[in-house]
Amino acid sequence: MAHLLQTTFLPSSSPLIRRNQTYILRISGSRTRVNAKIREIFMPALSSTMTEGKIVSWVRSEGDKLCKGESVVVVESDKADMDVETFYDGYLAKIMVDEGGVASVGSAIALLAESEDEIAEAQAKAAASGSPSSPSSETSNSAAVVAAVPHPQPEKVKLAEPAAVTVGSAVHPASEGGKRIVASPYAKKLAKELKVELARVVGSGPKGRIVAKDVEAAAAGPAASVAAAGPAGIELASVVPFTTMQGAVSRNMVESLAVPTFRVGYTITTDALDALYKKIKSKGVTMTALLAKATALALVQHPVVNSSCRDGNSFIYNSSINIAVAVAVDGGLITPVLQDADKADIYTLSRKWKELVDKARAKLLQPHEYNTGTFTLSNLGMFGVDRFDAILPPGTGAIMAVGASEPTVVATKDGRIGMKNQMQVNVTADHRVIYGADLASFLQTLAKIIEDPRDLTF
Amino acid sequence: MHCSAAFSQAATSATAVPTISGSRHVGALHSSSSSSSCTLLIPSKPINLRFCGLRREAFGFSPSAFTRCSNSQRVRLPSRRRFKGSNVSASLGDNGIPKSFDYDLIIIGAGVGGHGAALHAVEKGLKTAIIEGDVVGGTCVNRGCVPSKALLAVSGRMRELQSEHHMKALGLQVHAAGYDRQGVADHANNLATKIRNNLTNSMKALGVDILTGVGTILGPQKVKFGTDNIVTAKDIIIATGSVPFVPKGIEVDGKTVITSDHALKLEFVPDWIAIVGSGYIGLEFSDVYTALGSEVTFIEALDQLMPGFDPEIGKLAQRVLINPRKIDYHTGVFATKITPAKDGKPVTIELIDAKTKEPKDTLEVDAALIATGRAPFTNGLGLENINVVTQRGFVPVDERMRVIDANGNLVPHLYCIGDANGKMMLAHAASAQGISVVEQVTGRDHVLNHLSIPAACFTHPEISMVGLTEPQAREKAEKEGFEVSVVKTSFKANTKALAENEGEGLAKLIYRPDNGEILGVHIFGLHAADLIHEASNAIALGTRIQDIKFAVHAHPTLSEVLDELFKAAKVNF
Repeated sequence: MAHLLQTTFLPSSSPLIRRNQTYILRISGSRTRVNAKIREIFMPALSSTMTEGKIVSWVRSEGDKLCKGESVVVVESDKADMDVETFYDGYLAKIMVDEGGVASVGSAIALLAESEDEIAEAQAKAAASGSPSSPSSETSNSAAVVAAVPHPQPEKVKLAEPAAVTVGSAVHPASEGGKRIVASPYAKKLAKELKVELARVVGSGPKGRIVAKDVEAAAAGPAASVAAAGPAGIELASVVPFTTMQGAVSRNMVESLAVPTFRVGYTITTDALDALYKKIKSKGVTMTALLAKATALALVQHPVVNSSCRDGNSFIYNSSINIAVAVAVDGGLITPVLQDADKADIYTLSRKWKELVDKARAKLLQPHEYNTGTFTLSNLGMFGVDRFDAILPPGTGAIMAVGASEPTVVATKDGRIGMKNQMQVNVTADHRVIYGADLASFLQTLAKIIEDPRDLTF
Repeated sequence: MHCSAAFSQAATSATAVPTISGSRHVGALHSSSSSSSCTLLIPSKPINLRFCGLRREAFGFSPSAFTRCSNSQRVRLPSRRRFKGSNVSASLGDNGIPKSFDYDLIIIGAGVGGHGAALHAVEKGLKTAIIEGDVVGGTCVNRGCVPSKALLAVSGRMRELQSEHHMKALGLQVHAAGYDRQGVADHANNLATKIRNNLTNSMKALGVDILTGVGTILGPQKVKFGTDNIVTAKDIIIATGSVPFVPKGIEVDGKTVITSDHALKLEFVPDWIAIVGSGYIGLEFSDVYTALGSEVTFIEALDQLMPGFDPEIGKLAQRVLINPRKIDYHTGVFATKITPAKDGKPVTIELIDAKTKEPKDTLEVDAALIATGRAPFTNGLGLENINVVTQRGFVPVDERMRVIDANGNLVPHLYCIGDANGKMMLAHAASAQGISVVEQVTGRDHVLNHLSIPAACFTHPEISMVGLTEPQAREKAEKEGFEVSVVKTSFKANTKALAENEGEGLAKLIYRPDNGEILGVHIFGLHAADLIHEASNAIALGTRIQDIKFAVHAHPTLSEVLDELFKAAKVNF
């Protein structure tokens, strides 16, 4: 494709003449193609003694629409920084000399496409011409090149982000459930500079606002998580700064030490539950939903276990029973919440759960979907863990660690020995408000519900 | 008509025999710092202030002694008029002349404008009173230029100390520069108090009567102050100034949603403050707040930040004062509703598109500063008593600051200066207008050239300007059919600026190449506010480029930036 090489700038010296010559030369074969123009933006001579200029900053970025007279680039000459304006309307298609780069007077520093469609073409041309410092780089073969190089959009390398969300992280109340990002001016600036996507940063500022250090942490995070990704990638004996999520988890865990907790364990027979599960599995019901539902129904009878103490002086009976379920995600864990688990039927709950897990994996969970739990379930049964002990998340009353349900030889009251599926649960609770007897009776209720799970499918 | 009357008045007063008594003269000398022979009488200036508290009778400078101040007509003239009383303002009433007015001149409002007028009036021998309903000093001294300069002095130093790069380049090592908010706030407050006292004392020393109470015009040449004190004066100057303008829908609580009045007290330094308006006030506060660690969001109704500045200067200023700092901005938007922080909720700001009026965004910040300009403070002034209707609150005046009534006629003996007339809302402009009015009432016609009044924005670095911006100049040139040329010089080429490691800056001269007239000068760079006066004086005095370019500047100084500018200009002469 024939391009008209034409200057977009009015430099005060020779380049214009040179350009004009090119223009005259080129025009002979391409008069009919005048409508498709890609112009070069080149280093202007800002003073009589200037031989080269340094790009201080690009005022506009690639893809921006420019109007005649607008500043495009700031150039530092031997004397001063000057704004360089465009003399044509168009789109800044390709920046050929980056900020901080030096170009001699008259050499092309960028390409200006007349229409949006020509941006890609201009970029192709830039890729083809290769040497940005040669102002007379010919484009006679550009048609072929364009065909051969389909849309080489210069993708900016996006760094992998650390996990978006963290247990207990607050989110700006006015951010409409996370739809809108609330970030301080400097955080925004930094994010742009460090190429961090703000949507994936958890704010630690006032009311969950994203502040500069969150962005810095997020920018530092990927390196750490990449390093931790596979054993091969781990650099031994290296100091790895926390990712935002790790930082938040760390804070929460330290905070949990301020809460006096105790644990009560219970063994529950799951044969009936397993049978029920088998029956309704085809309807999309999951074991997690069943457990959550059972727990919620037990909590209805033991509101104190669903309470929370925040200030050490009082506690609150939570108005709804929201079961948070811990899920491991890349580089951390998250607790999607099944809200009002006691009220929703098992099918709804199951659908909801699936949705939450999908969202969690896609890192799209809204804050209210992971930080409103009143009781937490943590299940490591799938790994074959038979029992474990969970740390109470600050701000809640109790957490239940669920082990694997395994066939066990048991002696029954009637003196026989039999095989039953049994699982061990272990509840950690805040003893300031929940006492041993509370947990014991709660667990007894839970065991009853699980062992006779008719109520789960009302 | 008015002028000729004033001339005759001056003529009559000049023939009056002076009865000289001290303090007036002392004050006059102090203010005009006029003649060298006078310093024989008064050993040194600071001593002048000690005379303040003494009654004038305590000083018996004899007329003969005083005449030794031979080269100061300006000092002698006022003394005659002051103490003998002129025929026109026969206020003393003990010399047989019918008592007609209590004062020659009453100024309503003791801000910088009123103060400037009062000082000049005394110098001109007018019996002067100034009415103040609040505190002497007005906006500038108490809630404006003065305390803000104290804050900016702090922010400038903080900025420097925090700039590791800058310090390193100078070979300095400073660690962990910090500040104490209360200490900074006290500095601003102390400065305001000090300047207020200076202002008050200087007026008292000169014998200006300070009448306390809100002034209301009752009728021609008649003013009420306080509850029921009525005074008359031959001429009245309205100098009531302005208050921060707060657009509709914005709830100012003085804590989280504030105006410059509150911000200058620096009661807290928010983490994140939105500044509505990116003019002088907004810019200066952004400089203060970012230096003290806040992050700033500008909200500007126009499409560009810093409207009103020369576009090129604005662009550079944005690159230096905004982009590298912790500042972001929304342009082309109105803040339609701003709600202060309450019950743990942040300050919320609702933005709509300035053109389409559609909701655009909602911001939640820790504080909002309303810097959308200033509104004239003319309510309760009694303008209705003399048939004057304000325009958006401003008192309409002609180019001589004479007040125009509802029928388009001049109101005799009534003037309005400063922010209240809205011509140029700057303290020094008010003062200049006041002096211009006093010149007129004492018989010398005077029209102030507003294009010669410089303006400055005290960011780091500073911005200053005088005359027209480039677009304004080009528009004028188009209309009047002359050519406009522009030259620029950079601080990068200035030795002193480089020595200070402050090479960032630009000076720009807009002029007529056909006759060398300076149309405008704009400076962005170190000490720009101080540098502008060479240009503003040249404009005021009508000095042309072809003349000023031969003036010598000390080397190496920042003033060479302007020197180079004048030398770079090409005049076809």
